[in-house]
Amino acid sequence: MTQGTAADAKLKQTQTSNSKVTKKLVLVVFAMFGFGFALVPLYDVFCEITGLNGKTNTSAVSYSDAGIDTSRTVTVQFITRNAKGIPWQFEPVINEITVHPGERKFVNFHAKNESTQAIVGQAVPSVSPGLAANYFQKIECFCFTQQPLQAGEEVEMGLQFYVDRDLPRDITTLTLSYTLYDITSKADS
Amino acid sequence: MTTDIINDSVADTHSDDHHDHKMTGIKRWLYTTNHKDIGTLYLWFSFIMLLTGGAMAMVIRAELFQPGLQLVDPDFFNQLTTVHGLIMVFGAIMPAFTGFANWMIPMMIGAPDMALPRMNNWSFWILPFAFAILLSSFFMESGAPNFGWTFYAPLSTTYSNGSTAFFVFAVHIMGISSIMGAINIVVTIMNLRAPGMTYMKMPLFVWTFFITAYLLIAVMPVLAGVVTMLLTDTYFGTSFFDAAGGGDPVMFQHIFWFFGHPEVYIMILPAFGIVSTIIPAFARKKLFGYSSMVYATSSIALLSFIVWAHHMFTTGMPLFGELFFMYCTMLIAVPTGVKVFNWVATMWRGSMTFETPMLFSIAFVILFTIGGFSGLMLALTPVDFQYHDTYFVVAHFHYVLVTGSLFSIYAGAYYWLPKWTGHMYSESLAKWHFWCSLISVNLLFFPMHFLGLAGMPRRIPDYALQFADFNKWVSIGGFAFGLSQLIFLAVVIKCIKGGEKAPAKPWDGAEGLEWTVASPAPYHTFSTPPKVD
Amino acid sequence: MNRSNQRWLLGVWLFLGSLISCSAWAETQLNLTKGVTAVSREVYDLHMLALYICTAIGVVVFGAMFWSMAFHRKSKGAKAADFHESTKVEILWTAIPIVILIAMAVPATSTLIDMENNANSDVTIQVTGSQWKWHYKYFDQGIEYYSVLSTPREEYENQNGSFAGNGNSKNENYLLEVDKPLVIPVNKKVRFLITSDDVIHAWWVPAFAVKQDANPGFINEAWTKVDEPGVYRGQCAELCGKDHGFMPIVVEVKSEQDYSIWLDEQKALVAQAADAEQASLSASMSKEELMQLGESTYMAHCAACHQPTGLGLPPTFPALKGSAVAIQGSIAEHIGLVQNGKGMMPPFGKQLSLAEIAAVVTYERNAWGNDTGDLVQSADVKATGGE
Repeated sequence: MTQGTAADAKLKQTQTSNSKVTKKLVLVVFAMFGFGFALVPLYDVFCEITGLNGKTNTSAVSYSDAGIDTSRTVTVQFITRNAKGIPWQFEPVINEITVHPGERKFVNFHAKNESTQAIVGQAVPSVSPGLAANYFQKIECFCFTQQPLQAGEEVEMGLQFYVDRDLPRDITTLTLSYTLYDITSKADS
Repeated sequence: MTTDIINDSVADTHSDDHHDHKMTGIKRWLYTTNHKDIGTLYLWFSFIMLLTGGAMAMVIRAELFQPGLQLVDPDFFNQLTTVHGLIMVFGAIMPAFTGFANWMIPMMIGAPDMALPRMNNWSFWILPFAFAILLSSFFMESGAPNFGWTFYAPLSTTYSNGSTAFFVFAVHIMGISSIMGAINIVVTIMNLRAPGMTYMKMPLFVWTFFITAYLLIAVMPVLAGVVTMLLTDTYFGTSFFDAAGGGDPVMFQHIFWFFGHPEVYIMILPAFGIVSTIIPAFARKKLFGYSSMVYATSSIALLSFIVWAHHMFTTGMPLFGELFFMYCTMLIAVPTGVKVFNWVATMWRGSMTFETPMLFSIAFVILFTIGGFSGLMLALTPVDFQYHDTYFVVAHFHYVLVTGSLFSIYAGAYYWLPKWTGHMYSESLAKWHFWCSLISVNLLFFPMHFLGLAGMPRRIPDYALQFADFNKWVSIGGFAFGLSQLIFLAVVIKCIKGGEKAPAKPWDGAEGLEWTVASPAPYHTFSTPPKVD
Repeated sequence: MNRSNQRWLLGVWLFLGSLISCSAWAETQLNLTKGVTAVSREVYDLHMLALYICTAIGVVVFGAMFWSMAFHRKSKGAKAADFHESTKVEILWTAIPIVILIAMAVPATSTLIDMENNANSDVTIQVTGSQWKWHYKYFDQGIEYYSVLSTPREEYENQNGSFAGNGNSKNENYLLEVDKPLVIPVNKKVRFLITSDDVIHAWWVPAFAVKQDANPGFINEAWTKVDEPGVYRGQCAELCGKDHGFMPIVVEVKSEQDYSIWLDEQKALVAQAADAEQASLSASMSKEELMQLGESTYMAHCAACHQPTGLGLPPTFPALKGSAVAIQGSIAEHIGLVQNGKGMMPPFGKQLSLAEIAAVVTYERNAWGNDTGDLVQSADVKATGGE
């Protein structure tokens, strides 16, 4: 083995390089795995900024008294839907309301637990068009909290909101939809 | 970039030990770290998976032969379509290309083996394990996964049957296999090229696999992520995709397709590499525009990261999102077109002969381009609203995956069979395989364009009467295509057993280091690296 | 021309010929529909533009290939040329496709802008998908109803394994008919607010070029303005479980006059149904009446999952035959299950009348050998908290 030590040295060099590159690539693999999970909050942030998926604020916003834009009105429609398996009556007391951007409004939703057991409900809001979601500000909403109702109990739940003055002028109608879910099994006690 | 490392002795000190005791029998295959053996394992595995997924397709087409529910109930039908997709993507196409990578890359770059031979063995052997898990779910009480290979939430979470855990476990293992294989490919190509083989001197085949390996490393972990989120949503009470808990089912689609779109390029770039090797060989003319082929492949890979939402135009995206993804998707047509033109320019004024590898390669160029045309049409958002989730999409992806990827795999198999086995395959039997496949595959998939345009949705086990005629022809094409693949099996077995002895270079126009070694290739090749000018 | 060239040409002609002969099938639709709205026609035109451009490019590229295969072959004595690069040509065939793409992107953009303009609608309808039916609610009208596939089970279940069919011939609108279609007025902008009660579905009517996903917990908007009265059919366009292929959409577009007549009829029906519910509270149906109404209700609404035999598809869809629910369990609990659903089972309280619920519960407790002898009346259903 006349090439002995020189060959061994080269072998070692290649092996070192192999393991260096491999380690770097394995790091990339873990980084991309983390990136996959990072996409979750990234998606939320992106949607918050752009209002893309119609998600509105999930915690109360205080009313900013920037004045009311009386030059135009916006029609706000309310629709409700029960997700599969929740035996409640759930509907808006009024179907639609015309507001000025910047004007504070209060509307009610009626809910009744029609079953024979206590159920905890969670209303999930969605706004269409998605772009309007960013400008629909909820000051008080029953959707911020879980709603427990005893069997047969009924309740009026309130929503206080305003439409931001910065709402693009070409949006004249927006629809707020609530989907009601049964979260009794997941509810905090 | 790392400097080229002269590795003339890398194999010398190793192979001395191995030459003396080469294992035989089952042990050889279980413990092998030899890239040729592992390549063979991958190729046989992928062919078995092709026939398995194909058998499911035959049942699907048998059910769809006529209107009405004749053979299977709708839930089992959904299981068949789901597992057919999973098997073909993860069990047939991807392992087949990995098999080619293993066999050919070391020889093409003048290396003695892959950089990480023991990891190579693991990469293969976990695959049969993964598919055993997936296929065993058919025998569960609730059956196999039935939510489509794209497994959208919440159909795959809250509303799934009991197979989700098996599905997730199997996908994790397949992912680990692909990632390990990809790391191996990257390290091999970076570090083990023979002296003188600079990056721009590598065969285009090696380039396409290099780029594909990077794509795999980037996106398979994202699939692992999304599938883990699926698991926790289904079994551990998280709400990634559940609106009740503040999650969003559309987010699933974003994360999935962030993986999914590069995935389809992972399944086609190696095909481009194979075809770019074969056409010059049989046109007896150098590949036209080598450097622009490299740049085009790289641009396709990069662009593939920013087009994912073209699978989601109907989810309720706002206008600017739709426009962005439409424009980016249309843009991919440019480098893809460049590649097609370059192949045609390679043929142009060549001196062509039409042995079976060339036949499959030419069929690839024509039919993949047709798939590309339907892809371009799908990119146009307003019309996509009419095409989405119809048989028009099914036609598109089967053209690019079957007459695209699968045909390139057949082309490569015929091209390199002499090198692998030492015998020439039977050209006449191979031509039967080609022509039967060509005619039946078009009968099978072309009418699907019409079905989609006429309004037939996908993933349905029964359909309205106006779709009956075309479905009948499609099913007949399907049965014929399935049977034709048995001809390939016959060609391969016959070739392994014997046939005209193959010289080192049976194709006079072929180029590449693999043709400088004997046929069949010796167990260890390039223990001493060749000189490349 | 030598034999191989002849064979090539024969192959090409055969292929083309087979395509052309296809178009002779008058009833078999080959192309996208032009539809009945301005938007659908724009979409069709864009589709044809793309198709023509792709065909033209295909003819040029494939033509060059076929020419090359015919004349640049070794058997013809062709000698391989030397060239293998040309920057000029590469730039040309990069630039020309970009120009072609822009030519397609411009009309695509303007059509898309038209489609996304949901403002100023005349009618708003809430569309909800669930497994496996659609629900329509007319905003501000107090009209809502489910729309369920009405092709009878016997027409599509052929599982005797025979391709000779099951002897039940399929009607013209096989799998594309519903018990109660959506009704909209012609020439009015109709806005759809689309969501889902469970998994993702998609609402698609090809004639309107409207397709939007129905995402649970979120709403999507779409709009249409139809030019021609008529009946238009579509299907669910997102895999949603086993009966994804069995939840069609039927839209009846009526003239303005007919539409207002229909609206009034529906409102009257709502009132009538309310009265009928009241009346049924005091009515007492015989076992025969209950079993008859129960069976038809069961077949229409329950058999999809629990099967006509009552054996279900366990474990996902439990059996009712011999089950604790139908035999040992209390009638009140059984009624509650039907009204409120449980887990994957949807609630039927709003979909079925008191009489129907009473009948179906009676049926389930007495059919398939269950034979409990229990008879349930509308008043019993009301008592468990029904509407």
